[in-house]
Amino acid sequence: MAFYILRRIIATIPVMGVVALLVFSLLYLAPGDPAIIIAGESASAEQLAKMREDMGLDEPMPVQFAKWLGRVVTGDLGTSLHSGKRVSEMIGARVGTTLSLALVTIVLSLLIAIPMGVLAAWARGRFLDKTMMTIAVLGFSTPVFVVGYALIFTFSVKAGWFPVQGFTPLADDPLRFLRTVTLPAFTLSLAYVALVSRITRSSLLEILGEDFIRTARAKGATERRILLRHALRNAAVPILTVAGSAAAFLIGGVVVTESVFNLPGMGRLVVESVLARDYPLIQGLILLLSLIYIGINLLTDLLYSVFDPRIRY
Amino acid sequence: MTSIPHPSLASDSPGAIRLRRIGQFLRHNAFALVVLALVVLLGLLAPLLSTTDPHFINPGMRLKPPSGEYLFGTDQMGRDVFARTLYGTRASLAVGLLVALIAIVIGLLIGLVSGYFPLLDGIIMRLMDGIMAIPAIILAVALVAIMGANFVTVITAIVVPEVPRVARLVRSVVLSLRSEPYVEAAISLATPTWRILLRHMLPNTFAPLTVQGSFIIASAILTESALSFLGVGLPPEVPTWGNIMAEGRRFFQLLPGLVFFPGLFLSLTVLAINMLGDGLRDSLDPKLMKRS
Repeated sequence: MAFYILRRIIATIPVMGVVALLVFSLLYLAPGDPAIIIAGESASAEQLAKMREDMGLDEPMPVQFAKWLGRVVTGDLGTSLHSGKRVSEMIGARVGTTLSLALVTIVLSLLIAIPMGVLAAWARGRFLDKTMMTIAVLGFSTPVFVVGYALIFTFSVKAGWFPVQGFTPLADDPLRFLRTVTLPAFTLSLAYVALVSRITRSSLLEILGEDFIRTARAKGATERRILLRHALRNAAVPILTVAGSAAAFLIGGVVVTESVFNLPGMGRLVVESVLARDYPLIQGLILLLSLIYIGINLLTDLLYSVFDPRIRY
Repeated sequence: MTSIPHPSLASDSPGAIRLRRIGQFLRHNAFALVVLALVVLLGLLAPLLSTTDPHFINPGMRLKPPSGEYLFGTDQMGRDVFARTLYGTRASLAVGLLVALIAIVIGLLIGLVSGYFPLLDGIIMRLMDGIMAIPAIILAVALVAIMGANFVTVITAIVVPEVPRVARLVRSVVLSLRSEPYVEAAISLATPTWRILLRHMLPNTFAPLTVQGSFIIASAILTESALSFLGVGLPPEVPTWGNIMAEGRRFFQLLPGLVFFPGLFLSLTVLAINMLGDGLRDSLDPKLMKRS
């Protein structure tokens, strides 16, 4: 087991390396001289020359990459061009908001999606099943910002139940935190609910066709017990796989959701950094968000054996 | 469909079966097909249906609520939101189709090469894994930000995250075909590689790629509108659904229609395409058909 975990962790290193290489080369995709991009159009020739030397832009590309990577590995993501602050500090100030939003969203999604999928599988082919699955397709067809504004309009502007925008951290005031996080989390959860409920339904249906389900029926187990004890448990691995890989949707959705609800998180920082063309900040954010994604997938893989004891390494 | 098979029925000829399956497909996907046909029609007929130019700025008619003359109201520059939404249909469909086409062509090439040449497979797939590890919207946002926003860069930025998904799909088809007896037979007959790829591998990718293609169109339309909405997409004067919403959001509490009308078009279009994709998968994937 320990060997397997170690091997899986080592296997993510090449992917991380490729991501780092892609993120590093982003700057060189930009038309024009990186030094001018960073220093601005108005920089003088001496300023540019100094810039090149300071940033090592006059060195060969592989050397630049190695140096950049060396700094990144030690946690030094560089300095923001716009605010002059350290990129790691700027991101650090925003992590809490995004993390709390993401956690509330994931819990909310699973609480909605798994019962939805189980009900749909139970009512297979009937009206309830079709309704659930239409809601699911609707869930990942409706853009996050349309859902967000529909919710703001209904529950904030008309009903006045939630604040229109803004965010209160959990540590400041748990009750206000819930009021500010409910609508964004619900908005963000829709696509996630759609994907997870669909895979829950389809893997349950597949498992319900297996021999041991017939055996369970033959020995007189109730339909409820069959669905929840026999089928759902066996469906855990595919559900987990989709829940893990759909985390990419979640990370992408965070960017839009945080802009709609004006939440001071990493997602909004992505948009701010892009609009300000703050390259070191953009690079740092993409790198970190991708590493989070890789981490989630790694964790999903490692959780397989918890949910399915048949998987042994 | 409960059709009782009867050996003497002439309608069981291959042509009749195919016809019946097409009929079944049309019936099962009626909603999606009707919505899509309407959307395409509205986009094509935009110049006829809208009485005003979508770019026409009319300072005297700023932020008017929907009326007989302005079905969806006007935006903060007095432009007709109905006309802009109709023209937005063109932009969205064009982006969706172009992205799907380009992503499929590039992904197909990469997938064929990667699946057939084990030496290149390792390197190519690591690169694809790397691209896939960067969440699509974030990669697209960053690419547009860095390359500058115009039609070409926006398309490129949406294509790049889609390519690995196509490549992986094609590669998996190629890998599963490599051990098929007819491919082994072709290899042992010294058939040139390009011929094996073209004659034996390529046709087998069409069905899954058709399904994947429809999902790419849907996700490309969503990504484009998200980019526009965040202010890093096509230039704001171009009427796209995302742009109309991005400008409308500031006046959202006054005129919710500025966000909701284009949003409705966007959601319905994507919904119809996704449903069609599901329908295509059900009728093109024989494995799934047996199961249901």
